[in-house]
Amino acid sequence: MNEEILISGRMNPHIDPTLGIWGWEIPLYLFLGGLAAGILFFASLYTLLGREKELPTAVRKATFLVPIILIVGLGALFLDLKNKLYFWQLYTTIRIESPMSWGAWILMLITPLSMAWCLSYWRDLAPGWKYKLEWLEYIEKLVNKYRKPMAWILIVSSVILGIYTGILLSAFNARPLWNTSILGPLFLVSGLSTGAATIMWLSKEQLERSLFSKIDLLLIGIEVFFIIHLFMGFMASNAAQIEAAGLFLGGAYTLPFWIGVVVLGLIVPAILEIMELRGRKIPVAIPALLILFGGLIFRFIMVDAGQISSYLY
Amino acid sequence: MRYAMVIDTKKCVGCSDCVVACQNENRVPIGYCRDWVIEHAKGAFPNVSIELRSERCNHCENSPCVRCCPTGASHYEEGGLVMVDRGACIGCGACVQSCPYNARFSHPEGYVDKCSFCNHRLKEGKSPSCVSVCPTNCMYFGDLNDSESQVSQLLKNRDWKVLAPEVGTKPQVYYLI
Repeated sequence: MNEEILISGRMNPHIDPTLGIWGWEIPLYLFLGGLAAGILFFASLYTLLGREKELPTAVRKATFLVPIILIVGLGALFLDLKNKLYFWQLYTTIRIESPMSWGAWILMLITPLSMAWCLSYWRDLAPGWKYKLEWLEYIEKLVNKYRKPMAWILIVSSVILGIYTGILLSAFNARPLWNTSILGPLFLVSGLSTGAATIMWLSKEQLERSLFSKIDLLLIGIEVFFIIHLFMGFMASNAAQIEAAGLFLGGAYTLPFWIGVVVLGLIVPAILEIMELRGRKIPVAIPALLILFGGLIFRFIMVDAGQISSYLY
Repeated sequence: MRYAMVIDTKKCVGCSDCVVACQNENRVPIGYCRDWVIEHAKGAFPNVSIELRSERCNHCENSPCVRCCPTGASHYEEGGLVMVDRGACIGCGACVQSCPYNARFSHPEGYVDKCSFCNHRLKEGKSPSCVSVCPTNCMYFGDLNDSESQVSQLLKNRDWKVLAPEVGTKPQVYYLI
């Protein structure tokens, strides 16, 4: 025995024996937030580039999912709160230093905006629709008129939303596994990639599918680069971060991370997409689902493993 | 004013009286605690040594919990105390994640709770309950800005350490070694 630590008299729920204050709610939300950010980013990007006609799924169809995704995500966040009835306290202050405050406010902006965006394309789905409420019609007209400025707001706020899902974790300097600035860009790229996969999956147009297949390939490449970068950073850092990286390099999370996230969530879908672009017939749902599943378990693994990693005992 | 606690690990016997006094004084629910005792054994037989430490919130000067709190419920008070405003706490867990000492916990009533250095007792001019009950007198409490105070003198004359200084929180619970 070289060193042993015994704690007497402390058995606080969710803290001991290992920290577990965040359960399934936060990783699920981080995934959904990234996915919503991804879809909105491409919708506003291609609106600003004036390609609405060519890419109907990216600009219109897929965005109908966003309010649902965001509401489920917000529901998960709400469930995570231990003092649920006090949730409105988030909106009584703006705390620049707290990423969670940023997140709360950006969600407050992006959720109604995404709903308004869908409202403006509602007639595509139901051409003969008559609104019972006049103000809904008014919003629809307003959005149709100011779509470009709205796309500008959405493109900026979707990038903030995507990055924030990573920065939320990296702001915790007490958890060595999270305390790396690469997590923001990594979560953003992963969110964009899940968004692109969803658009690719929903699309019926050949042009759109192959475009988003290529975008996805590029994003997967960047993601792999960031993951290598993440571990390079850990290995060149202090003892606590080397130990945290050890959770993925021989430790408890080695198999789920390298097989689940890297191989099944990134490499296999990339190979399938390359094969499809070369003319093989591959059902598009397979790579899309693999990417989405990889993105989901990536967040679960990061949140779980991060809570185990620490500076003290 | 800069409140600090100094704990002599050479005098601590690990009786956990501080833990019980705190639970009693602050009505900490059964199964929870705001302070605890660590038994840290080092070395290989026959060269072994044990360090006993009574641990709690470090009331850090650069508190990550205050920084990460989205509602401002975690805040600084006079003397550098880090406190939680129960009416503003939503129980999101951000401060629990941000504390390298795992000193915070989620109270069954929803808000986050932790050591307050017994600030209700400080207002009456008393020392924190853990300090007041310690049977070996291994705990000291006072003002670090006053160079004549007992805590300042101890830190001047003895070797000391703080926990996880590398995290950059500037903790204010000092351990004499």
